[in-house]
Amino acid sequence: MDPGLVQLDQGSGGRAMHELIDALFLSAFDNPLLSERNDSAVFDIPGGRLAMTTDSYVIDPIFFPGGDIGSLAVHGTVNDLAMRGARPLYLTAGFILEEGLPVGDLQRVVASMAEAARKAGVQVVAGDTKVVPRGKADKLFINTAGIGMVPAGRDIAGDKARAGDLVLINGTIGDHGMAVLCKREGLAFENDIQSDCAALNGLIERMLEAFGGIHVLRDPTRGGVATTLNEIAEQSGVGIRLFEEALPLRDDVLGACEVLGLDPLYVANEGKVLAIVPAGGAEAVLSAMKSHPLGKSSCIMGEIVSDDPGRVLLRTRIGGCRIVDMLRGEQLPRIC
Amino acid sequence: MKYLDEYRDPRLAKELIERLRHRAFSKKEIRLMEICGTHTVAIFRSGLKELLPPQIRLISGPGCPVCVTANEDIDRAIWLAGRPGVIITTFGDLARVPGSSSSLHIERSKGADVRIVYATLDALNIARENPGREVIFIGIGFETTSPTIAAAVRQASVLGVENFSVFSAHKLLPPAMRALLDAGDVNIDGFICPGHVSIVIGARAYEEVVEKYRTPCVVTGFEPLDILRGVGSLIDQVEGGRAEVENQYRRAVTMEGNLAARNLIEEVFEPADCTWRGMGVIAESGLRLRPEFEKFDATRRFAMPEINVKEHPGCKCGEVLRGIMAPPECGLFRKVCSPQDPKGPCMVSSEGTCGAYYRYHI
Repeated sequence: MDPGLVQLDQGSGGRAMHELIDALFLSAFDNPLLSERNDSAVFDIPGGRLAMTTDSYVIDPIFFPGGDIGSLAVHGTVNDLAMRGARPLYLTAGFILEEGLPVGDLQRVVASMAEAARKAGVQVVAGDTKVVPRGKADKLFINTAGIGMVPAGRDIAGDKARAGDLVLINGTIGDHGMAVLCKREGLAFENDIQSDCAALNGLIERMLEAFGGIHVLRDPTRGGVATTLNEIAEQSGVGIRLFEEALPLRDDVLGACEVLGLDPLYVANEGKVLAIVPAGGAEAVLSAMKSHPLGKSSCIMGEIVSDDPGRVLLRTRIGGCRIVDMLRGEQLPRIC
Repeated sequence: MKYLDEYRDPRLAKELIERLRHRAFSKKEIRLMEICGTHTVAIFRSGLKELLPPQIRLISGPGCPVCVTANEDIDRAIWLAGRPGVIITTFGDLARVPGSSSSLHIERSKGADVRIVYATLDALNIARENPGREVIFIGIGFETTSPTIAAAVRQASVLGVENFSVFSAHKLLPPAMRALLDAGDVNIDGFICPGHVSIVIGARAYEEVVEKYRTPCVVTGFEPLDILRGVGSLIDQVEGGRAEVENQYRRAVTMEGNLAARNLIEEVFEPADCTWRGMGVIAESGLRLRPEFEKFDATRRFAMPEINVKEHPGCKCGEVLRGIMAPPECGLFRKVCSPQDPKGPCMVSSEGTCGAYYRYHI
């Protein structure tokens, strides 16, 4: 048996699997609930409401500048909880491993997950491992589910945007998607574009402390800012106006998008939050965001209007106006 | 960002727009055709159309490589995808274009091995990694992409790669411009000539259009200021009764073009008659592999059957591509034809006129 590669019998439930779990997962995620090794984790819940979510991670490549599939699997689920104003508490982690995956890669991913969980203040309290024959999965897939507690008085949801609200974002758009695309396709620009992959619960807490009346929080992951804002416009029955000159973009991301013919509004983010905030609270939220390490380049990039319900429009730099539609299919580089 | 910000300067753009708005026009309508799909998208994305005075009408032409690919060529690519052991490689948008009854995208879900590549050399690498399989690159596009396909074919020849071939549906733009003017069913007062294509073929390539048809041609870039300056130059020519080739995109385009790229096309390809969607066969408007490279020609490598082509009834992509119909005038637009369920190629491609109208036009 090659100790360097994941073997099929490590997913079979027998000794080999126990050894893998002991050696890798239990030590990395070490916490009392997990080390009980029971069929499920049992814990007390604080009073009030719980938030629960799940997401699966199948990213290629599994390591990319600024993160990896492990940190992403923690951040993505933590962020989905935080977007409802919940304080994330516990995660589960399910691994589907492809036979032949280097154990070293798995160790790196698990260590990164553990570090991400520690930083986000959540515990991985239950898990599962399967190994599938070579070719039946691509290296490894991870599913995480999460539970969080929503403090009393928080009511944040996609249908709460109102005309007059402002649209805030905590920094530049498109960083994650371009980092992954460039890495996957071997596109080399002057510097590696870094993914923005990060847990946003700390930032969100600070924003809500500054102003509790935030209407909507949502992370513009796949489909990008454009798709997320279209979802909000539809759910809330409002129109959204963006200002082109206000869109925060890194030069390297913009450059890569220009070369490939991609629109950064449709490129994925993994450490960004769109906040829809009543105008009266916007300044307080903005300065709270700017005071946090993950919100230094926060800005106001648009407004909610009553015209054109369900649509997102962009006021261009030269004074024109166009639709910003939802992403349809996949964004593809232009041909010529 | 350098080379972008200065061409997106809102103050200068507004000045140019004001200048156009305040000028007197001798004609009720001046019709300018942007041939290139990237221009079409750039015009929509900046919201430029509505800012121009009503006398200036911008018409989109046949410059989206996916859109002008004939139905029969899509059908042939689908037939090739069905051959045992074949790996089809192509650029992304093409896979979703519906042919007579299917698309490469649908064939892939049924089990065909269709792979999207970002560069032709990636297709060649797939061939080298899969020596037991036949790897076919479905080559579409204008003079911008054909040098890269020529490079891949030459590379395959040098390396002796035996399992790589190209299905060439490449097209040349100047013959299509002439065909549009010859057909006469669209009045064109001037051409906004494509930026990227001109980098390869050079601005001189439009001299024949100017001399024979007396239609002004301006080569320009893709930023709002480029397009506004291009439009301004064309209006100056039209109003002044001139017809010249002007190069407004000198930061990228020369009169002669990219000689290395032109030589590469010349070395590997020869002109051939070619069918364009909506425009029929245009003499010497396509590229086929020269006899010395014919073993890389998929049409010679595989005995292709006769293909019965069915066009979608009601699809007006042909009229849209010739600039005689705007997408909203098509009965299918937004009703049954949308980017999620496209009936014609102009809705599929990110550079297609129908797709641009659908996605950006208010």
